[in-house]
Amino acid sequence: MIELDNVSLGYDHQAVLHNIDMKAKPGQVLGLVGPNGSGKSTLIKGMTRVIDLLSGRISIDSRDIRTIKQVELARLVATVPQTPALPGAFTAFEVVLMGRTPHLGFLRYEGDKDLAIAWRAMVATYTESFAERRASELSGGERQRLVIARALTQEPKAMLLDEPTANLDINHQVEILDLVKSLCREQSLSVIIALHDLNLAAQYCDWMIMLNGGRVHAEGTPVDILTAPNIKRVYGAEVIVYPHPINKLPTTLITGGGNHEPS
Amino acid sequence: MARTVAEAVREPAIPFAIRWQSRVYSLLGLAALLVVVIVFATTIGSVSIPFATSFQVLLSQLPFIDITPASLEVSGAAVSPATLQTIIIDLRLPRILLAGLVGAALAVAGATYQGLFRNPLADPYLLGVSTGAGLGATIAMLTPFTVAWMAFGAVPLFAVIGAVGAVAVVYSLARVGKTLPATTLILAGVALSALLSAATSYLMTIAGRELHGIVFWLLGGLYLTRWSEVWIVLPCVLAGLVVIWIHARPLNVMQLDEDQAQQLGINVERVKLILLAAATLITSSAICFTGLIGFVGILVPHAVRLIWGPDHRFLLPLSTLVGAVFLILADTLARSIMPPTEIPVGIITAFCGAPFFLYLLRRRKGLAFF
Repeated sequence: MIELDNVSLGYDHQAVLHNIDMKAKPGQVLGLVGPNGSGKSTLIKGMTRVIDLLSGRISIDSRDIRTIKQVELARLVATVPQTPALPGAFTAFEVVLMGRTPHLGFLRYEGDKDLAIAWRAMVATYTESFAERRASELSGGERQRLVIARALTQEPKAMLLDEPTANLDINHQVEILDLVKSLCREQSLSVIIALHDLNLAAQYCDWMIMLNGGRVHAEGTPVDILTAPNIKRVYGAEVIVYPHPINKLPTTLITGGGNHEPS
Repeated sequence: MARTVAEAVREPAIPFAIRWQSRVYSLLGLAALLVVVIVFATTIGSVSIPFATSFQVLLSQLPFIDITPASLEVSGAAVSPATLQTIIIDLRLPRILLAGLVGAALAVAGATYQGLFRNPLADPYLLGVSTGAGLGATIAMLTPFTVAWMAFGAVPLFAVIGAVGAVAVVYSLARVGKTLPATTLILAGVALSALLSAATSYLMTIAGRELHGIVFWLLGGLYLTRWSEVWIVLPCVLAGLVVIWIHARPLNVMQLDEDQAQQLGINVERVKLILLAAATLITSSAICFTGLIGFVGILVPHAVRLIWGPDHRFLLPLSTLVGAVFLILADTLARSIMPPTEIPVGIITAFCGAPFFLYLLRRRKGLAFF
């Protein structure tokens, strides 16, 4: 379980996020939504100590992350960055195998066990078919799944994903999020996922936090959070929110503009 | 839906592990080639000695081996075993070993910088090592200082001071808070290099009779190498190489990018500092006696990458061996192509290396480097 207690984060002592409280439970998908610049990515970087904590406390299983060494933190928390840069000349399998880094001693080479774990992660993410292809030859969706495979190879307790579906086609968006959700349930991972698509967020998140200007604007289930007034307040967009015809989850529809005929 | 773990483990990952074996064989093969090339290089010179004789003389130097090498006939006159030993062991071998050390050091430093900055244009001289050393050496040649400390004369001593000083200045200029951004580091290196080479150029215009010596130093060459120089370069280069080799996996992970490397548990800033220090150590100790030998540092790691792939755990040791073999052969050519004149070895490395590299590039077109 990841807990944030009155956390402020930022660059060069300039806070980007203020007084954040949240809890990410095992087996639960926690969604972070909010407009560009609201602090979603910063929050994720703060949880892996890429960005310094200015005040407050971030803890993993009740341990303050400032007391955890970087390498041990990497055994607990895996990150899937937004549009990850991958070294093009390495094969997909080699990239996934890099996920074993925090588990290996300084001079140890990957053993059969590590190879098996990486292979299992590739099979689970449907990436094994291109295991020997070079990273430069992979499509956006394939890279994204590959980085999720690498994150699984870390055998973490929590997985943080920063807009894993950005720049993907709708079929790949569904594929990635189905995968994340089932891994979350199967392996009791705490999943924290930043999303900009509110409809995808509504379909996949168990709990949501809506950020605005570096502060928590609202917190709750998708039904509680995704309301027209909230979206108007935070995004400044006129929308109507409608129950999904099949599962009744909130579906955000834009109003006005575009191709429709004036009535 | 994702498959369960039980379904997933239907095929072992062994096929991908096998590639390691062929790389290990390549390493062993190259190590054997290095020995052959060293022996071959001892046979070349004003007195040409048969390979077998040379090999005998070299073996006789090893402990626990008792061979009395035969004497040799050169144009009717007999060359005694003692003379042979002087030619091979005292005159040729130190130069060959120094060439090997310098080649290995430059190749590995180049591979390290290219990996660290994820930049295919990086070479060991990126952060001002060469221009610092060049200015130091030029100053030493133009001032009447004489230094005799261990094997150091004024020129190598000033070259080392210039090289390490330049990198230290670049490093401290490029630091932003606790971090060392690669872009600032490269730009600071380029700017300081421009300043230092301007100073060197100015000194060259007023150098007068010393100009010839400066130009030769800047082009690089191994000329008169003594054992005392080998004994200084050897420990420095070996120590730096070992430090770099054991950081091969962090260097692999840092090919992702710095945030991802950190999220995989790598202490990025510390690894950067250690690798920069080690690469500077091996580069400056390699070039202080030989001058600025170019092209090995940028070409060898790329050639190795094109042939054996980007994994630094093989790239670094393979570059070590290929760099050593390449520079020994280039230096042998440099001293034997038009005797008694020697060509600066930097000219040979570029002249032979560039076409071969272009051939490799052509053959493997479209492949990502990193």
